[in-house]
Amino acid sequence: MLNFTIRRVLLAIPTLLFISLVIFLLLEASPGDPLGDVPLTVPPEVKEKMREALGLGRPWFIRYVLWLKQFFWVEPLYWTDQLLGTYFSDGMQRVISFQSRSPVFDVIAQRVPQTLTVVGMSYIVGVMIAIPIGILSAYKQYSWFDQIGTFVSMVGFSMPTFFTGVVLIIIFGVKLQWFPSVYDTTHEVQDWDSFLVQVRQMIMPVTVLALYNAAQISRFMRASMLDNLGQDYVRTARAKGLGERKVVLKHVLRNSLIPVVTVIALGLPTVFGGAIITEQVFKVNGLGQLLISSIHANDIPMVLTLTFIFAILIVTFTLIADILYGVLDPRIRYD
Amino acid sequence: MTETERQQRMNTEELIEETAGAAAATSALPPDEPQVAGGETRSQWRDVWRQFRSHRGAMVALVLFVGVLLFVSVGPWLWTIDPGYVDIRARNTGFTAAHPLGTDQLGRDMLARLMAGGRVSIAVGLTAMLIAIFLGSTIGVLSGYFRRLDAPLMRLTELFLALPLLPLLLLMVTLFREPLSQSFGPAMGIFLLIVSAIGATSWMQSARIVRGDVLGLKEREFILAAKSIGTPPRRMILRHVLPNVLSPIMVAATLGIATAIITESALSFLGLGFPPDFPTWGRLLFDAVDQMALYPSRVILPGVFISLTVLCVNYIGDGLRDAMDPRIRGR
Amino acid sequence: MSIKTLKTGLLTGAATAVALAAAPAFAERGTDGELKLLLWQAPSTLNVYLSTGVKEMLASSLILEPLATFAPDGEIVPRLAADIPTVENGGISEDLTSITWTLKDGITWSDGTPLTAEDVKFTADYCMNDEGGCAQAAKFEGVTSVEVVDPLTVRISFDSPRPYPYSAFIGAQAPILQKAQFENCTGAKAATCTDENFGPIGTGPFRATGFKTNDVVTLEANPEYREADKPAFANVTLKGGGDSTSAARAVLETGEYDYAWNIQLAPDVLEGMLAAGKGKLEVDFGSTVEHILLNMSDPSPELPEGERSTLKHPHPILSDLKVRQALSMAIDRQLLNEIGYGETGEATCNMVPNPEIYASDNDDCLTQDIEGANALLEEAGWTLGGDGVREKDGRKLKLLFQTSVNAVRQDFQALIKQWWSEIGVETELKTVDASVYFGSDPGSPDTIVKFYADVEMYTDVYDGTDPGSFLAERSCEAIPSPENQWQGENNARYCDEEYEALIAEMAQTSGIEARAELAKKMNLMITRDSMTHLPLIARGRVSVSSNRLGGVHMNPWDSEFWNVADWHRAEE
Repeated sequence: MLNFTIRRVLLAIPTLLFISLVIFLLLEASPGDPLGDVPLTVPPEVKEKMREALGLGRPWFIRYVLWLKQFFWVEPLYWTDQLLGTYFSDGMQRVISFQSRSPVFDVIAQRVPQTLTVVGMSYIVGVMIAIPIGILSAYKQYSWFDQIGTFVSMVGFSMPTFFTGVVLIIIFGVKLQWFPSVYDTTHEVQDWDSFLVQVRQMIMPVTVLALYNAAQISRFMRASMLDNLGQDYVRTARAKGLGERKVVLKHVLRNSLIPVVTVIALGLPTVFGGAIITEQVFKVNGLGQLLISSIHANDIPMVLTLTFIFAILIVTFTLIADILYGVLDPRIRYD
Repeated sequence: MTETERQQRMNTEELIEETAGAAAATSALPPDEPQVAGGETRSQWRDVWRQFRSHRGAMVALVLFVGVLLFVSVGPWLWTIDPGYVDIRARNTGFTAAHPLGTDQLGRDMLARLMAGGRVSIAVGLTAMLIAIFLGSTIGVLSGYFRRLDAPLMRLTELFLALPLLPLLLLMVTLFREPLSQSFGPAMGIFLLIVSAIGATSWMQSARIVRGDVLGLKEREFILAAKSIGTPPRRMILRHVLPNVLSPIMVAATLGIATAIITESALSFLGLGFPPDFPTWGRLLFDAVDQMALYPSRVILPGVFISLTVLCVNYIGDGLRDAMDPRIRGR
Repeated sequence: MSIKTLKTGLLTGAATAVALAAAPAFAERGTDGELKLLLWQAPSTLNVYLSTGVKEMLASSLILEPLATFAPDGEIVPRLAADIPTVENGGISEDLTSITWTLKDGITWSDGTPLTAEDVKFTADYCMNDEGGCAQAAKFEGVTSVEVVDPLTVRISFDSPRPYPYSAFIGAQAPILQKAQFENCTGAKAATCTDENFGPIGTGPFRATGFKTNDVVTLEANPEYREADKPAFANVTLKGGGDSTSAARAVLETGEYDYAWNIQLAPDVLEGMLAAGKGKLEVDFGSTVEHILLNMSDPSPELPEGERSTLKHPHPILSDLKVRQALSMAIDRQLLNEIGYGETGEATCNMVPNPEIYASDNDDCLTQDIEGANALLEEAGWTLGGDGVREKDGRKLKLLFQTSVNAVRQDFQALIKQWWSEIGVETELKTVDASVYFGSDPGSPDTIVKFYADVEMYTDVYDGTDPGSFLAERSCEAIPSPENQWQGENNARYCDEEYEALIAEMAQTSGIEARAELAKKMNLMITRDSMTHLPLIARGRVSVSSNRLGGVHMNPWDSEFWNVADWHRAEE
């Protein structure tokens, strides 16, 4: 297993470099213009100068290599400087966003907290609801609980968040006035009261996202449990007199987790990617909003950096999932 | 009586009848070919159908789904108002005889729009889902089963997972919109573009899930047994591996339809979808969100249709899976 | 979506003038607590010279100030300048090649240092630096030098006579930066000065305390502001994000915010929100016009790339004036306005609808005439075919109509398609994402400049109150084509020698009356006479404010926050 892990980590480096190149070329080739937002009143000559100031005059491979240098060399130097108080990165150009002309990593660092609290929390809530529901629905297949669970999760999944979010705002924000409809990103938790304010502003976005996540994960959990409940080993375990709880929670659950682990491992990087629509509906302004606004503004350095970090997370989490498969089912070997 | 009990009883009854009949008709000798014993009366698909029929939820869902299909396919023949016809004097009307489901802000008939929209949405949902599932399970099975293919295919999956969707779609539309709409007409061209775009960008999750399952399955006794008697890989995959990973595929398929219908509306919102005079359920829902407080029926109707379709497909999928699982069928 | 739909403009604001008169003036600085503003598109920087967006201009106008501002009636009023230079008071030289500004005495920056003419000169140098990529460079076009005459006087010289020299340092797009702060940020270094760009020192009523790009700006009252009792608010939070509907909801329904900018909502939805009684609409009309362009060149995909939509091939259908007239007559502009804009728009037949002095007296197009349109098409030789679509010489009267993704524009497309079908014209609709549609990527086929369609619709506006340069954009040489990398503003490909002569005349003419006369003539040529530009709706600038906020006075020609120092908490 260790060999496998090391091999995979080494293999990840060329993979990631290749992915970054593909993303860069994709952004280059896709239509759209970093100056698309510039009003029609600005004359073409001015636009041309602005374009040059963004460095767009150079050929694509130079810009790509420059970005690689900035990402893998200048940024780590900068952060060590910040930590140790050294001056290695002085005079070096960091990755700069086209839109705000500020270092991309500073903006990302600004956005991470709200995304992790809202989207991350909703993921945790979603998983915590989904797994018990999935287990129970499968164990009591076609019971009332299962029927209602199926109904709610399928409706929950087929209702887009741009709809459920607005419904919640109209009911709880406008009519009942229980929760704020605008998320305040400047709010700081200092004491119990400000903690309550934070909880109040998180409830609606977290609910919307958790419903969506839970719907998906509980379906996979249920299906996988059902598959395993019919297996011979379950009959054997019961026959040798194991308690029902032990049979279900130890044997069946463990064997049913593989697809669920996959879904969750693929879901965790998306936490970092943020929730584009939900963030917009509640004005959370996290990483999802950052990504979509950068894509709209064709802010190539920002989009490239964000998607590349996303790619690193995907590669990492798929690796973790692969290792977990081996832990859950010792028969699986990669060597 | 629970569903399982009912099935068991039906099975037993039928088994008794059949064995009784067979016992009377045949001599003491066993049949020449045990596999086709019982001839037509016991073909595999008949069994599946019989099992499926006994699944109450799946039958109700099937009836409803056929109803929805008829609504969108035959409906426009009966209700002949053009969904794009603007009757400005009749805008924002409620439920009336002339417009049973009311009209929208331009006076277009909602019933006609729901029919026309459903046709597009269901076609997009089913086709895109089929493409995604086909790609996903093929790649998943191949990479789980053949160790040599695992690394390249999984790296490809990671690449697709990492690609930013929006620029990719923008690029596809720019490159292919005009050639496709010239060779297939604007509507069909965009349809092909959209289903392949959605299909090509949503297979990764099912590929990962199927692969994970196959990895575990591969080491199970019955696979080893099949292997030891020299079953060729093709037959192994189709006969032994695939049926055993059917349930996650079914779930992914149901969820895939919902995602495809919603994604289509997001595409129109970005100007990448169908021309604006083509209603779809997703777009009807999206357009009406602003007017939700004033005209709730305009969000509820497309919402109900989307949910209904997804629920039906889900139950049909459940029923199919139960019916095709030999372990349950045999019980 | 339509960030570019609202730019500066100008016109009289009779509706909101009443609100201003009622403002009490007894408040003290910082006594009214927090002002909460909502911009659904968040500002990405506070330095307007690095961004052309309205959102950045609005946010920075709370901090930075220009020499003079446009008032809501379109008149130029002094801000940091002592008065407005004219030829009469000697501020503009007789030969119209230079203008001299005098600063008000005793103005200090928010860090306590005095404002001098050096700062003005520095700002001009900062923006005119070739490597800086200044987004407002157009404001300084033709400026040859900016000289400091004495600490409070500065002279701007032009390369040629300027009949209308009010551009540099006028309006919130060209404010004064502090030399001491930005001295090391000129040229290529402009982009790296993040701290400066995110926290410029200004002379305005507020100063920035925190800035999160594309998210939120926090500000506090400027202790050095020149009027001791203003501003009334101690703090300002300017939040961004979301969409126009939810922004309106936060002011009108939940009351969480005091003011929301750029509201684009269907009239009935807006009415439903206003019914909650928590806020009111702020509307005023500037130069914003939603219009249709008819392509005078052939966009057919059968032509080789590089010849599509160029003057080499005149449009096979739309080159006929009668067809263009018929298309215009079939449109009911009043109804379009009723459905899409209501109170926030007005049907118009002019590309230059405001200010009043520049607007032609032209409302022929406001009445729909389907029969007349049908007759015109018959006359032009287009006869009805079996499927209800007209034909001529084997060609069907079929048009491709493109616009950006926007709910109102899609409604307009549906309506216009229907009306055109009533006169036997078949229309294929197409929508394009706004960032592509308004972009100038020469590789994309879907931009407004390439115009690979027969008909397109968008909104055009111009800076300031004078339409001279806006009308000059319709010249033959401004036609986008492969030769100029598709750069140019004359998207309709309109080209007329007589019009060229008028453009040349306009460039020599000074005096508002004479310019207005010319502008009216030119406006009629591109609209009523040639029918290449079909104006539809004059769109207002629309925001909503809470009933608890007083002193708001909508300004269509400059920043909406132009008088934010006078805003105060009002009793409900």
